[in-house]
Amino acid sequence: MSFLDSFKDPELSRRLLDQLAAEGQGLRFMEVCGTHTVAIFQSGLHSLLPPGFVHLSGPGCPVCVTDDAEVAAYLEAANKPGVIMATFGDLMKVPGPGGANLKTAQAEGARVKVVYAPFDALTLARDNPGDTVVFIGVGFETTAPTIAATVMMARAQGIANFKVLSFHKLVPPALSALLSDPEMNIEAFILPGHVSTIIGLAPYEFIARDHGVPAVIAGFEPMDILQALLALTRMRKSGKPEVKNLYTRVTSDAGNPKAMAVMNEVFRTCDARWRGIGVIPGSGLTFREAYAEFDAFAALGIELKTVAPIKGCRCGDVLKGKLKPSDCPLFKTACTPARPVGPCMVSTEGSCAAYFKYHLDA
Amino acid sequence: MTDTKVLLDYGSGGRASHRLVGELFLTHFANPELCRLNDAARLELTGPLAVSTDSYTVDPIFFPGGDIGSLAVHGTVNDVAMLGAVPRYLTCGFIIEEGLEMAVLERVVASMGRAAREANVSIVTGDTKVVPRGTVDKLFINTTGIGEIISDPTPSGDRAAPGDAVLLSGSMGDHGLTILSTREGLNFEAPVKSDSAALAGLVVKLLREVPGVHVLRDPTRGGLATTLNEIAESSAAGILLEETLVPVTDAVRAGCSFLGLDPYYLANEGKFICILPEDNAERALAIMRADPLGAGACRVGTVVADHPRQVVLKTVLGGKRLLTMLEGEQLPRIC
Repeated sequence: MSFLDSFKDPELSRRLLDQLAAEGQGLRFMEVCGTHTVAIFQSGLHSLLPPGFVHLSGPGCPVCVTDDAEVAAYLEAANKPGVIMATFGDLMKVPGPGGANLKTAQAEGARVKVVYAPFDALTLARDNPGDTVVFIGVGFETTAPTIAATVMMARAQGIANFKVLSFHKLVPPALSALLSDPEMNIEAFILPGHVSTIIGLAPYEFIARDHGVPAVIAGFEPMDILQALLALTRMRKSGKPEVKNLYTRVTSDAGNPKAMAVMNEVFRTCDARWRGIGVIPGSGLTFREAYAEFDAFAALGIELKTVAPIKGCRCGDVLKGKLKPSDCPLFKTACTPARPVGPCMVSTEGSCAAYFKYHLDA
Repeated sequence: MTDTKVLLDYGSGGRASHRLVGELFLTHFANPELCRLNDAARLELTGPLAVSTDSYTVDPIFFPGGDIGSLAVHGTVNDVAMLGAVPRYLTCGFIIEEGLEMAVLERVVASMGRAAREANVSIVTGDTKVVPRGTVDKLFINTTGIGEIISDPTPSGDRAAPGDAVLLSGSMGDHGLTILSTREGLNFEAPVKSDSAALAGLVVKLLREVPGVHVLRDPTRGGLATTLNEIAESSAAGILLEETLVPVTDAVRAGCSFLGLDPYYLANEGKFICILPEDNAERALAIMRADPLGAGACRVGTVVADHPRQVVLKTVLGGKRLLTMLEGEQLPRIC
């Protein structure tokens, strides 16, 4: 068995599941990372959890938390003459006000290019000097440093027609907002492995210290997730909540200071709108004054406008762990991956899409 | 050909067109029926026929393991074979972008001729159009295949019955990942190559030696998951697929993990699904494995009466989850 295969060893998984069942009376746990959402469903773990273990998917998919107003803003940019939009693929089908999305904008003449890396957008700008290339900056702390590095490279290379619409969001303030909600009933958190690789352990310490909730940084293989659940169960049982890093093969407790420095060089924190949750103070990233020339908002004269929320969509309650996707009245009826109403159904890593795609009714 | 690039003249029907047909297509596709250059081809066929058409627009046109020319033969020949037929004839339509390098066209046509000879089919009629630059991307090819059905009753997607074994002729996702990883602008290289191949020889052998094949399908666009869902839907039966049994190479697995793709939804161009009564499964597997194109054949699941119209995957861990049909194209993810 290879090193990587050992993290999905069925025999070991069976033993860990038995241990979970023996030691715990159940746990309402939330993961806040789309990759965890998919990993738990795709591996079949969701169907194997012992009775009482409730898996909730929080606001951990950057596409899902992109606010209607933000979608409206990038669609407005896409429709401007002389603009080429560069985006990660997941955003193509996210519906904005009135059901428009980047695919429909493209069909009506907008120039939209799917890129795998922000540096590809810089190449696009270099190759199209007569146009303005706008990169849609959606993502958490995982993504923001590479976009900041791209901006720094644009400056170093004198590429002035590269701009970014920064909708970046930060995970710890969102967790703080969730934990401060009086209706919150989450007993433990699995913390996002990728984000934690950048920010490290310290920004999460308030979860256990101020709220008495245990939290564990975990990887994405079944063994990682089961090991995290066992650690969370034990902390819950012992009444000694802590924040632990169990993804030590990838994530250091200190995070990645170099990436953080690049991110903080280009961006500063600001308030940000989270779909279904509302404005969370200090949870977004905007350009520092020194890099303002790369800010697409200013360059294109775009502002975030408040738009009416999607009627009947309960994505907000799903993201907060208050509602299972299958309990939303629109789920599988008005809202399907073919015609998504809310963002949780659009993204491949959204909780509603995962439920639709993988969940087998008992 | 004297010109180094394809000019609009070559699609005009005049002398330039004749030169292109005579010097290029007839050279590589040579067979008596085509060489008569009549308005239509006369075919000698008996019994019930299978007909299938497909258009090929693959980008890039050359990729590890094949090119648009060989693919245009393999794809259509395989579709004909999946109805339990021996493919006999192909038609082809070329739509060429003005300015395409003549050497590129020749390489594609030569590859297509070679693939047709290897698959024992004759390209008996064709058409060439050259369109202004920018109105197509380099080269599109349409082929229609005709074959004689040798299986009675014919294999069909609605004949999967509870208790049937689900067999697969080899590993999944090779073609799809190859195309994605070689597509322009994607800085990702994987040691993968397309499985593009003509399956008719193997399929005919299988049908002649094993009775009662219920379903034959090649999991092309949409991949294994989509094709199995189509079969479950048409047959109003459930399919239970075992993750541990579905072959996926390490390179494809690693590439998919990197790009956020699922190999079960990636296209294959040289593999087929065979569904038949349990009792005949071992014999079918032995025949498949004796052929290089079926060397990796294995049983991957069972048709069940439970969860009709749904495909359920039993995961490596022993859990169960739905394997649903793909909604549109797979999109690369953010993180």
